[in-house]
Amino acid sequence: MTEEPIITVNNLDMGYGSFVLMRDLNFIVNRGDVFIIMGGSGCGKSTLLKILVGLKEPLRGQILYGDVNFWETEPSERERFMKRFGILYQSGALWSSMTLAENIALPIQQYMKLNADQIGEIVALKLALVGLAGFEDYYPSEISGGMKKRAGLARAMALDPDILFFDEPSAGLDPVSARLLDDLILELRDSLGTTIVIVTHELASIFAIGNNSVFLDVDSNTMTAKGDPKKLLAESKDPKVRRFLTRGAEGGEVETS
Amino acid sequence: MNEKGFVPSGLNFTSSPDGLLIVRLMGDWKIGNPLPLADEVEKKLAAGAQIKRVGFDTTELKAWDSGLLTFLIKVKEFCSQNKIPLEAEGLPEGAKGLLKLASAVAERKGARKEVKRESFFSMVGASAVEFYRSAIEMLNFIGEATITFTKFLFGKATFRRTDLFLLLQECGAQALPVVSLISILLGLILGFVGAIQLKIFGAQLFVADVVGVGMVRVMGAIMTGIIMSGRTGAAFAAQLGTMEVNEEIDALKTLGISPMEFLVLPRMIALVIMMPLLCVYADLLGILGGLIVGVGMLDLGFTEYMNRTREALTLTIFGVGLFHSAVFGVLVALSGCLRGMQCERSASAVGYAATSAVVTSIVSIIVATAIITFVCQVLGI
Repeated sequence: MTEEPIITVNNLDMGYGSFVLMRDLNFIVNRGDVFIIMGGSGCGKSTLLKILVGLKEPLRGQILYGDVNFWETEPSERERFMKRFGILYQSGALWSSMTLAENIALPIQQYMKLNADQIGEIVALKLALVGLAGFEDYYPSEISGGMKKRAGLARAMALDPDILFFDEPSAGLDPVSARLLDDLILELRDSLGTTIVIVTHELASIFAIGNNSVFLDVDSNTMTAKGDPKKLLAESKDPKVRRFLTRGAEGGEVETS
Repeated sequence: MNEKGFVPSGLNFTSSPDGLLIVRLMGDWKIGNPLPLADEVEKKLAAGAQIKRVGFDTTELKAWDSGLLTFLIKVKEFCSQNKIPLEAEGLPEGAKGLLKLASAVAERKGARKEVKRESFFSMVGASAVEFYRSAIEMLNFIGEATITFTKFLFGKATFRRTDLFLLLQECGAQALPVVSLISILLGLILGFVGAIQLKIFGAQLFVADVVGVGMVRVMGAIMTGIIMSGRTGAAFAAQLGTMEVNEEIDALKTLGISPMEFLVLPRMIALVIMMPLLCVYADLLGILGGLIVGVGMLDLGFTEYMNRTREALTLTIFGVGLFHSAVFGVLVALSGCLRGMQCERSASAVGYAATSAVVTSIVSIIVATAIITFVCQVLGI
């Protein structure tokens, strides 16, 4: 596979106000990657995701999509870019006052001139892809947590995005559902060529689907490793990375102080 | 056994000549049972300088729980302060383990929150900065709302028609019962108060003027405004706040759908349409309340009362009332939506958003009334 950078992050600092959470982030996501953003709790994984999708401005540095500087373009241009993203939020974030069908139809209505029948067909297809065929008229409050995640994924895929972002996809799912979601993510990557960026700390998923990653370390306030997580496990010398990837079994005593 | 079914707990000491203090624990050491204080051990330690070690005898100890552990932790602290070794051998296995666990992780430096005492001036400064920030935020929001509304007038705003109809129903028809009750009662109250005063002059008939003009010109609008800010403004704030907590608003933004157009605009339109209608309804019921007082208490005739009301009311008064209520509709919708959109991501923040929406809208309603009344006075309306 030829490597074609789709997201390039240069010297990115992020934080809130004068508080810097992470500094000097540098990494590249290639087309077709399943890119994992990992790190302990509170290290800023979700914040990084927010910056990547345009919900929060970075303190410093650049994010290039292709060769467009995402945060320095006009807001309207940025919005055009955001159309190419699909985002699955941690809790699904389905609009609770609308049925699943309406949830998925809204982005389609927003950007495409289609009649109701055509939209209905697309909605049915997307729901079928995530295993929720026939659930069009359910409200988000009527389905289970795992189904909400899948419905959220169906909505994220509504516009056939180039890049899919996932915020903790397996949080709150039982192991089997989490595994099924992982398989679905890989399937999407392979069949649609979608680039996938995932924030997670679920080791099973990290090794099962990730082929590129960045590790954010909360103590040193920067990234301490990047690359294929399986290679990191085999080769990394950094004790913190090792400890994370082996669930604390290696990399020295678990700090208790 | 005492009334709670505990064996009373007890504590005594034996010191041996080689400096070993044996603390003997007896009975049930459970929370809820009156327990001896650890201070007794401290007194013992302070009194006898010859004590070199502290040990325990628990042969008579029955049941124990955290009550024993807190005691032991305190004793351990005293001992380490006085540099006296503590021998845990005599303690039950479980207590020994837990005691070790509790002291295994030293308290993290800086983890305990310190109560910072800020000076008066720094607090005033901080709230002034905060006030400035929130004022800017509010102006921003109003500006955005205006732009969105203009977009709507040119037919360029995106929102769902069904949402608008649902909102119209929610803040129109469904508000009728409470508006009815309150405006009839308000009419009655105005009538009573007026009647008592006017009777002195024998001018009972003018109750119709008091109630009619009072209700139609301002009270009807204010009361519907206040009812709607408690009923609908708070609901808007809670709805939008929950959507914010749930990342639903983020989901809209990342799809390039403006929350201002999609969520705030239909709420604003719904209230601006419905408030004047509710106000007219409240005016009518208020007059009805006055009529009840007039006919029932002052022996006025029905037609007499209605004629007097008709003479007292002019189209200008009616127009001023409607203008009030349209303004209040905008204010209630804006404050509800503003507080909802500002909501932070927690359950208590949603509650705070709802409260603050009601406070903001009531304050702005009263301020707006004062301004409008003053302007009308100056213009001679």
